[in-house]
Amino acid sequence: MQTHDAARAPHPGGAPGRRSRTGTRGGPGRKALAILATLALASTLAACGGGDDDESADGKIRLTVATFNEFGYEDLITEYNEMQDEVVVEQKKAGQANEHQDNLYTKLAAGSGLSDIEAIEVDWLAALMQQSDAFVDLSDPEVEGRWLDWKTEAATTDDGKLIGYGTDVGPQALCYRADLFEKAGLPTDREEVAKRFTTWDDYFEAGSEFVEKVPDAVWYDSSGATAQAMINQTQYTFEDEDDNVIAADNPDVKRIFDTVTSYSEQGLSTRLPQWEEDWVSSFQKDAFATMACPGWMLGVIEGNSEGVEGWDVAGVFPGGPGVWGGSYLTVPEQGEHQEEAIALAKWLTAPEQQAKAYTAKATFPSQVEALEDPVVAESKREFFNNAPVGQILVQQAKAIEFIPYKGPKFADIITAFQQAIQRVDEGQESPDEAWESFLADVERLG
Amino acid sequence: MTLESSSRPGRAAGSPAGEGETPSPAGGPEDLLQESEREPGHPPRQRTPVVAARRPGSWRSRFFRLEARTAPYLYISPFFLLFAVVGLFPLLYTAYVSVHQWSLLGGQGDFIGLDNYRRVLADRYFWNALRNTLSIFLLSSVPQVVIALCLAGLLDTQLRGRTLWRMSVMLPFVVAPAAVALIFGNVFGDRYGLANSVLEAIGVSGVAWHTDTLASHLAIASMVNWRWTGYNALIFLAAMQAVPRDLYESASLDGAGRVRQFVSITVPMIRPTLLFVIITSTIGGLQIFAEPRLFDTKGLGGSDRQYQTLTMYLWELGWRVRDLGMASAVAWLLFLIIVVFALVNLWLSHRAGSLSRGSRRTSRGRSRRRTPAPPTLEAP
Repeated sequence: MQTHDAARAPHPGGAPGRRSRTGTRGGPGRKALAILATLALASTLAACGGGDDDESADGKIRLTVATFNEFGYEDLITEYNEMQDEVVVEQKKAGQANEHQDNLYTKLAAGSGLSDIEAIEVDWLAALMQQSDAFVDLSDPEVEGRWLDWKTEAATTDDGKLIGYGTDVGPQALCYRADLFEKAGLPTDREEVAKRFTTWDDYFEAGSEFVEKVPDAVWYDSSGATAQAMINQTQYTFEDEDDNVIAADNPDVKRIFDTVTSYSEQGLSTRLPQWEEDWVSSFQKDAFATMACPGWMLGVIEGNSEGVEGWDVAGVFPGGPGVWGGSYLTVPEQGEHQEEAIALAKWLTAPEQQAKAYTAKATFPSQVEALEDPVVAESKREFFNNAPVGQILVQQAKAIEFIPYKGPKFADIITAFQQAIQRVDEGQESPDEAWESFLADVERLG
Repeated sequence: MTLESSSRPGRAAGSPAGEGETPSPAGGPEDLLQESEREPGHPPRQRTPVVAARRPGSWRSRFFRLEARTAPYLYISPFFLLFAVVGLFPLLYTAYVSVHQWSLLGGQGDFIGLDNYRRVLADRYFWNALRNTLSIFLLSSVPQVVIALCLAGLLDTQLRGRTLWRMSVMLPFVVAPAAVALIFGNVFGDRYGLANSVLEAIGVSGVAWHTDTLASHLAIASMVNWRWTGYNALIFLAAMQAVPRDLYESASLDGAGRVRQFVSITVPMIRPTLLFVIITSTIGGLQIFAEPRLFDTKGLGGSDRQYQTLTMYLWELGWRVRDLGMASAVAWLLFLIIVVFALVNLWLSHRAGSLSRGSRRTSRGRSRRRTPAPPTLEAP
C-alpha cells in the first residue's frame, strides 16, 4: 500500500546470514547429518518433480492472492469463497512492502512461483511496466471508468495494455496537533487551518513562528518525509517521460532540497528519518506539531500515538493536492488460472468491495463510485477529534490532476535524495556537500 | 580412501543410496563391517583378500570387487549430490552470471567478461562495505570467541543448577534475528533509546548509534555477540567436558590455580574446537547481513552507508539496482575474501600449533592421543 511503510523492522527475504555455522561436522554428528542430507535431497527431488497442488482434493481451483501490509481483504476473501463453488482463494500476506517486492522481483526473474494475483505498489510500477509482457492485459470495457483517471493511466502502457487494477490511493491531507497549535497561538479549528496553509511558504512561516513559541516541539515529523510530500506534487522529478534521468538538472529537485535542508537547519524538523524507532517514539514525546498525511497515514499516527490527545486533520495540503502511495492488483502471465484470477481481481477492486476494505483497514479507495459511497464519504475518525476523514480525503482525491511520474529508477533516486537530506540532518555533511554526494549517487545509479 | 573411513559414513548414510543403486549381497562391505565390529580394537583388514579369496576370476568376484570399491562412494554420495546441487552449482552459476550483463527482471544479456568486476572494484561503496564488514567482523568475532571461551570455562565447573545455566546461554540463539533487531533498535535509538537514557543518567552525553560509524559497528556487533556467544560457548563446553579430569587433578597437586589450569590445560586441549569455532565465526562474520540490514528501515546501512556490509551491498545491487551481474561479481569477490581469511586462519593456527608443540613436545604428544576427536578442520 504505502511507500516505505516499513512499519518497524523490514524483513529481508532470506538472510544469507550465518547459516554456515550449522554446516558439516565430523564425529557423532555424521549420522544425523547423513540422514538429514538424504532427507533434504529426497525432498528437493520431490519438489523438483513438481506436484501440481493447484487443485485441491475436492476438484476446486486454488487461487492465491499475494499482498503486503494491510489491504483489508480478509473478510472479502471469505465472502468470495462462500459466494461461488469452483474456486478456493487464499491470501498470502507479507508483513512488509520490501519483503513482498523482493519476492516479486525474484520470482518474476525466475519465471515461476508467483501467486495468481500479485499486489504491486505504485513506486515499483514503472520498473514492472518495462516487463509488461510478464503481466496479463486487464483492460476490459466492463471496468472502463471504474477508477480515477490518473490511477488507470499510470498502469496503462503506451500500446493501451492495462497491467493492474487499482486498489487504494493516498490523497494527502495535513495532520496536526490542535493542542500544540493552541500553545503557539495558531488556529485550532480544522476549517481555519485549511485556509491558513494553502502554500508551502505559509506553512514554513507558521513553522518558524511555532518553534519560537513552543521551544520543546518542532514543526514537522521528518525532513525526508516532507521532501517526499513535495515531490509528490511535481509531475516530473527525477526522470522525464522518456525515463532519462533529470534529477541533477531539474530545478524543482534542487529547490525542494534547499527548502527542506534550510528549514531543517532553522530547527523546524525533528531531523529523524521516517519509520525509524526514534521517529515512532517521537509521537509519544509530543515532539512535533504537523505532518503530511496521506489517507493510510491516519492509521499509522493512531497506532504510534496511543494515549496522545489532540490530533486533528485538515482538508488541505500546502502547495496543492498530491498523492502518496497506492497499489494495484496484477495477474502474472505465469499463473495457470488466469481467467479465474482476472475475475477475482475484478471483483476485489469493485467499488463495493473497496468500500468494505476501507472500513476494515482504512485503505482509501481509488474507484470513482466508492468515493460516493456513504460508507467512505461520511466516515469519521474518533481519534482525530471526530474529523470527517472521508469527506476530507474524497475532496483531496478529486482535486488531484496528475500523479508524479515515477520511472524505473524513481525508488532508487528518492532513496538517495532522502539519504542526502538525512546526512544534513545528522550533521555529517553541509547542505552543499550533501547535494554534491547526491549528484554522485545519481551518477552511480546511471 | 581407507576401508575404515569409508565404511563408517557408509553405515551412517543409511540405505537409500545403496538400495537404489546396487543390491548388496553378502560378502560386500557389510561383511567387512561386521568383522570390524567384532574386533573393534583391531585395524581393519585388507579388503582384497576377503573378497577375492572367494571365487577368484569369476564375474561375481569382479562384481564384488567393483562393489567394494564403489559402494562406499555411493553411501556417501547423498551429501555430495546435495552439495553439488546447493553448493557447487550455485557457485558456478554465479560465476557464469557475473561475466554477463544480467538484469534482475530482464534476465541474461551480453557476455562482458570481467566488466562487472571492474565496475564493482571501481565503486567506492564496495570499498566502504569491505571496510565495514571487516570492522564489524573484528568487533563481533574476537570478543565473541573470547567471551564464549570464558563462559564455557565457568559452565564447566560444578555449578548449582548447571542445566539451567547451560540452557539459558542458548536462549538468545533461538530468538529470531528480526526480533533481536527490534529489541536492539529500541536500545540503540539515537534519541529515545534505552542505552542513551542510561548514559545520560550517569552524565555521559548520548551516542549517535546510527550516525557515528564506529558506534553503529559496536551496536551491530553487540547484536551479533548477543546471539552467537552462547552458541559458541556450548560448543566449547562440549569439548571441555572431554578433557580428562586427571589432568586437572595433577595440575592442582602441582599447585596450579583455576586460572592457570584454564590457560594451560583447558585451552590447549580444545585447540581443534577452538579452530573450528574461529573459522566458522570468520565465515559467518564476513557474511553478516540480518543485523545491519535490520538496523534501519531502508536497509542501505545508514544515511552515509556507515554500516553497509558486503552482503548488504550485494543485496542492494541485486534487488534495488536490479543488476544481478554486478551482484554476482560481489558474491564471488566475497567468496574469495572468505577463502583467503580461512587460509590465513589455518596458517596462523598451524604456526601456533607447531610453536606450542615445539615448546612442550612431551606433554603435547601424550595429550594428543587421549583427546577425543572434536570437529576437526585441520587438513588430514
